[in-house]
Amino acid sequence: MPDRAASSRLAFAPGFVLLGAALLVLPHLLSLSQKEVLVLLVINVLLVSSYRLLTLTGEWSLAHAVIMGIGAYGAALVSKDSGWPVPLAMLVGASIAAFLAFLLSFPLFRMKGFYFLIGSFAAGEVIRLVWKWSELTWLFGGPKGIKLIPPFPDIESLSIDFYDPVNYYYLCLVVVAVSLFILYRVERSRIGLTFHAIHWQDKLAESVGVDTFRYRMLAFVISSFFAGLSGALYAHYIGVVNPNRFGVEEMTYILIWAIVGGTATFYGPILGVVVLTILNEVVLRAIGVDEMRPMLYGAVLILFILFLPNGLESLVPKIKQWLSRQKPKGVVANSQ
Amino acid sequence: MSLELFLQTAMNATYAASYMALIAVGLVLIFGVMGVINFAHGELYMAGAYAVVALYAGMGLNFFVAVVIGLVFVGLLGLLMEYALFRPLRDNPLGGLIASIGFLLILQTIAVLGFGVQMEHVPPSTQGKIVFSEGVVITYQRLYVIVTTVVLLTALWLFLRKSKFGWALRACAQDREAAALQGMSINTTARIAMFIGAALAGIAGALTAPLVAPTPYMGHPVIITAFIIIIVGGVGSLEGAVFAAILYAFVNTFVTTIYDGTLANIVGLLLMLIVLILKPTGLFGVKERA
Repeated sequence: MPDRAASSRLAFAPGFVLLGAALLVLPHLLSLSQKEVLVLLVINVLLVSSYRLLTLTGEWSLAHAVIMGIGAYGAALVSKDSGWPVPLAMLVGASIAAFLAFLLSFPLFRMKGFYFLIGSFAAGEVIRLVWKWSELTWLFGGPKGIKLIPPFPDIESLSIDFYDPVNYYYLCLVVVAVSLFILYRVERSRIGLTFHAIHWQDKLAESVGVDTFRYRMLAFVISSFFAGLSGALYAHYIGVVNPNRFGVEEMTYILIWAIVGGTATFYGPILGVVVLTILNEVVLRAIGVDEMRPMLYGAVLILFILFLPNGLESLVPKIKQWLSRQKPKGVVANSQ
Repeated sequence: MSLELFLQTAMNATYAASYMALIAVGLVLIFGVMGVINFAHGELYMAGAYAVVALYAGMGLNFFVAVVIGLVFVGLLGLLMEYALFRPLRDNPLGGLIASIGFLLILQTIAVLGFGVQMEHVPPSTQGKIVFSEGVVITYQRLYVIVTTVVLLTALWLFLRKSKFGWALRACAQDREAAALQGMSINTTARIAMFIGAALAGIAGALTAPLVAPTPYMGHPVIITAFIIIIVGGVGSLEGAVFAAILYAFVNTFVTTIYDGTLANIVGLLLMLIVLILKPTGLFGVKERA
């Protein structure tokens, strides 16, 4: 087994190098507005991947957008009011999101399935309304939110200016790559396998001594930390956070990305967010029917769900199969 | 709080409870029979309101004729959803959820393209009102909503309890396969449930169109409130939905009148969280099937 894993990892290595190179070159091929979309896309990759970790335990939360917002608000407040350095503020924001998730676990994991879905929604909405509440405007800025959030500090010795979306993109790329690596390792660890066990056989897992509550809580806390981190990356890029940014609309987007991509594999949700963002921001924008965009997007969603019910990820094995069938011909062509 | 203000607030709460009950009962009916959460339910309500905007405010048709056409129109939209979306996705509740989000976006865009994003003004169909005293007044327009709700929900209750279709509908909600084995057509019951559920949302929108300012996005807060109501009442329980609508409307209206709207929303959500923590299946709900 270990041999096979190592060899398959080796087989992937050239692919990763190619992907890395493509991601480094990519922003230089885009227009300014597309560069900005690209930064948000990288942030959303982290958001939806962190969401998947929670779905491993079989629970679908509707609070994830708000959790992202907690990271954003936390980082914004800590860096603006307390004057903490931005990189530290980002980690503090993410940690606040993780800590609130820890607290929310106690009421929320009394519920399961549909009830958890709606319960998490209610908890998230309460937090969002607290941000909006007029009594707390001095802290959270009410419906208008927090403005003038300090940007990520420039590295003057290397003259790297993070106001430039390309540089911020590289920063996000590093943060997200490290985060994805951690999320991947967690899933492949004993803990991740326990998450799977809870999803498919929670009574059996309990009967062999797994504390399902603690593992659900752990999944929620880890997932929330990285969602909070994505929120912090967002806040210091855009410079403004407000309650509506993290509302139901954002949450439906997360759900859509995850379900259209599929959650059975690590790359499924990433496929979902990448393909749908390109469709929405590039293809539909190019057609030039801005008012009709939500309608076309809705139609695309329906078509995806009707014809690819197992997500975009279900296409990957089929493409692999198709490629391996083409390969022998290619080898012959090369040798000649 | 003076007695007059108390009575007036109670009256307002009764009105709010009425149309929310119509919407929530439709949502519960669809969830019970089809097993999907219809995210587009708020947009069905919006479609009902826009039927009145077009037919009554625009073309000058009689208000009640417009309301009836709106009811049938939205019911047909429900049939379309059943046929095109929920039937192919029958064993895929998350898929049904996403498909209904797609349908919601389509309906919203149609409203934007047809009418624009601005608020529509629908003139009241009557100026009549009942004056109990100086500070306690109810307009006929609101009374229509309350009376219609009572009549329709009573009729629905009788239909579900007494008629053969009602038995089939409830059987399908309990156990779809067993019902099919007993010779009930799942497709027919699904169609009936979708038509009734959608039409209830449609008539709620049509009747309240002169009282709220319709916009293409008016369904959004409504669906959130409807979710809260069906959770508090217990998913799948029609009686629970009605009870929870009344409870929620009274709490919400009174807190709004005494304090402010945001706090009222927070209290409503906390109410739901408390119910979920104490009785995770809702006030009237039964334990979820494994």
